[in-house]
Amino acid sequence: MGVGIEVTNLNAWYGTNHTLQDINLNIPANQATALIGPSGCGKSTFVRCLNRMHETNPIARVTGTVRIGEIDIYNDAKPVEIRRRVGMVFQRPNPFPTMSIYENVASGLKLNGFSNRRALDEIVERSLKNSALWDEVKEDLKSKSGASLSGGQQQRLCIARALAVDPEVLLMDEPASALDPVSTSKIEDLIFQLKSQYTIVIVTHNMQQAARVAEKTGFFLNGRMVEFDSTHKIFTNPSDKRTEDYITGRFG
Amino acid sequence: MGTTSFRSGFRAATDRAVSGLAILATVLVIVPLIAIFVYLLIMGARSLNLAFFLQNPVPEGESGGGMANAIVGSAVLLGIASAIGVPIGIGAGIYLAEFGRGTKLATAIRFTADVLNGVPSIVMGLAAYSLIVVPQGHFSAFSGGVALGIMMIPTVARTSEEMLLMVPNTIREAALGLGLPNWRSVLSITVKTASPGIITGCMLAFARVAGETAPLIFTALGNSFWSTDPNRPIEALPLQIWVYATGPYEDQHRLAWAGALVLIALIVIAVSLVRYVASRGVLKGAS
Amino acid sequence: MTRIRFQQSLDQLKENLLVMAGLAEQAIQRAIEAYRVRDLSICDLVSRSEVAINRLERDIDQAALDLLAMEQPMAIDLRFILSVIKINADLERVGDSAKSISERVRNMEQMPAVPELPVDIPRMATLSAEMVRKSLQSFIEADPELARAVLMMDDAVDKMNRAAYKSLTKVMEEQSHIAPQALNALMICRALERVADHATNIAEDVIFWIEGSDVRHHKSMLAQKKATEATS
Repeated sequence: MGVGIEVTNLNAWYGTNHTLQDINLNIPANQATALIGPSGCGKSTFVRCLNRMHETNPIARVTGTVRIGEIDIYNDAKPVEIRRRVGMVFQRPNPFPTMSIYENVASGLKLNGFSNRRALDEIVERSLKNSALWDEVKEDLKSKSGASLSGGQQQRLCIARALAVDPEVLLMDEPASALDPVSTSKIEDLIFQLKSQYTIVIVTHNMQQAARVAEKTGFFLNGRMVEFDSTHKIFTNPSDKRTEDYITGRFG
Repeated sequence: MGTTSFRSGFRAATDRAVSGLAILATVLVIVPLIAIFVYLLIMGARSLNLAFFLQNPVPEGESGGGMANAIVGSAVLLGIASAIGVPIGIGAGIYLAEFGRGTKLATAIRFTADVLNGVPSIVMGLAAYSLIVVPQGHFSAFSGGVALGIMMIPTVARTSEEMLLMVPNTIREAALGLGLPNWRSVLSITVKTASPGIITGCMLAFARVAGETAPLIFTALGNSFWSTDPNRPIEALPLQIWVYATGPYEDQHRLAWAGALVLIALIVIAVSLVRYVASRGVLKGAS
Repeated sequence: MTRIRFQQSLDQLKENLLVMAGLAEQAIQRAIEAYRVRDLSICDLVSRSEVAINRLERDIDQAALDLLAMEQPMAIDLRFILSVIKINADLERVGDSAKSISERVRNMEQMPAVPELPVDIPRMATLSAEMVRKSLQSFIEADPELARAVLMMDDAVDKMNRAAYKSLTKVMEEQSHIAPQALNALMICRALERVADHATNIAEDVIFWIEGSDVRHHKSMLAQKKATEATS
């Protein structure tokens, strides 16, 4: 089951660049929440603060609190532990090129010491089914490399890989932006199904996508969160003029 | 109409001229290489027989004999060299690419590697002589292997670093995003992805030191008899070739040619074998 | 500013709707005038403008559909286009009502004239026309307050229509020799009441466009609320 995320007074810096300012929001459990905003507004940085990937950059710094479920992820746990509970899917599909499909999906578990073969087989199958890829690859699990699949399939493989470690939250940073419309639709349908088991946060440039998949939407601008409300409200009658200017394309 | 055809005619001519120069340059490079090989083949094949591979050298002045001990000796020396050069080199490469990016230590390591690369091989041999042979009190295969190994390090380290840097950052992020500790991500994912390139780097270094003679003069020294003992002097193909080629006996000259041919052939075979074995582990469609 | 082409398309859509509005308003004014002076030539004008109105309605709907499909309008743009589509339909109905009135006038000319019937058609007409004018002005000026004023005027027209119904049916029962004329007058009142309703719809659409709140059927909802409160 998914958990809610509570963000309080989050500030983030890259060196001296104050990329996120005073972010406060509550992301509901078992729903999809979309984050929209122009390039450089901080939405990707924000999402990376939710699984402490922001820290992989040596000049990054964070203050404030992020609670995922019961846990204060910056004070109560180590980054590695958090990342096992908060999965991430990136903009460009990035399956491990030297591994087969099976090994890719199992990598999060195998490389962390999990060795029970039969359990692994089950988990791999379940994850691939949950990411709507099983039928397309079940014959070639161990013979085909992860990189030999099409773009849309690769992205679903990455989703399966993330799901295999059984996270509670799934972060998706523009997951369909590198994909064609058919693959995009498949990913969106997938998000719909996954909502019941996970809490999903999706960063997207594509407002129609946010409108299609998310219950709640947050609009980021210049490192601040301008408005956070139901998707319906944001796209039919937003409260803030800046939100309206952005979604009607009247920016700049 | 007239001007465009003039310009396009001029451009086409320039294009052909430059292409021609490029081809000429390629030919200038390949022709000497082929010439060397062919000459080597002609000169060396004459003296090649089974005895070459099975017998040790005969006393000076006598005819016949072979370089069996040199072949084995080279193998031992290269084994020791690789055991030193490959792990240290790859380790340095991993540090430079994955853990020390931007640090002063990394800059220092890179600088050291570049300097080491430029050290003349004879100096390397002298250093090994002073640091190993003299304290031990005897020449040895070990000291020769160390000298060669240290010469391998810069090449292995630099190519490893470059190959690791070529692994896209998205792969690293994917691994970290799964909750893998950094060291795990580096070893099991990044290094594995870069391994074809890293292996190539090792092979480059291997091929280079396989033909080195100068460092072995004051370390391995040479040995007319069969020996595989790392603590005793040992023969090596390039060493033996040099000794024979600079000697006065015609028989030895012929053996030197054969030795040169065999040396190159063995290097080529060794490299090809490693590449073949490495590629067998690579899956369908992987880059 | 970005999306200049889109903005121009929206402006064009507004322009076309205003042309449509002008035609509809003119039709109503002419129909009322035709009633006032019993001039059949004006009735002809009204009939002819009906063609233009119908064509414009199709064009505006097509343009709106294109914008929806091609430009993915959001928020206020989406509400604007939706409102345009609905106002478009209401204006076309206003044109229909004008035609209906002018047909009634034509009918009346073929019947013998009668002494004054107990209805104040001119006053109803003035009020309905005023509502149409104001609702269109609220659209032009994007003024929700003006639109709300229009909503208030509807009650008066409704009252007048109900009174007309009562008195005219009484006439038809008691003075059957002038029943056709009374019926005609009743039809005209009904048409005017519909015109007022359409003006109300237009005003509600303007409020939806500007404020994003749906104020439709407020009277019936209010009445229902009062009814449930009374019974509980």
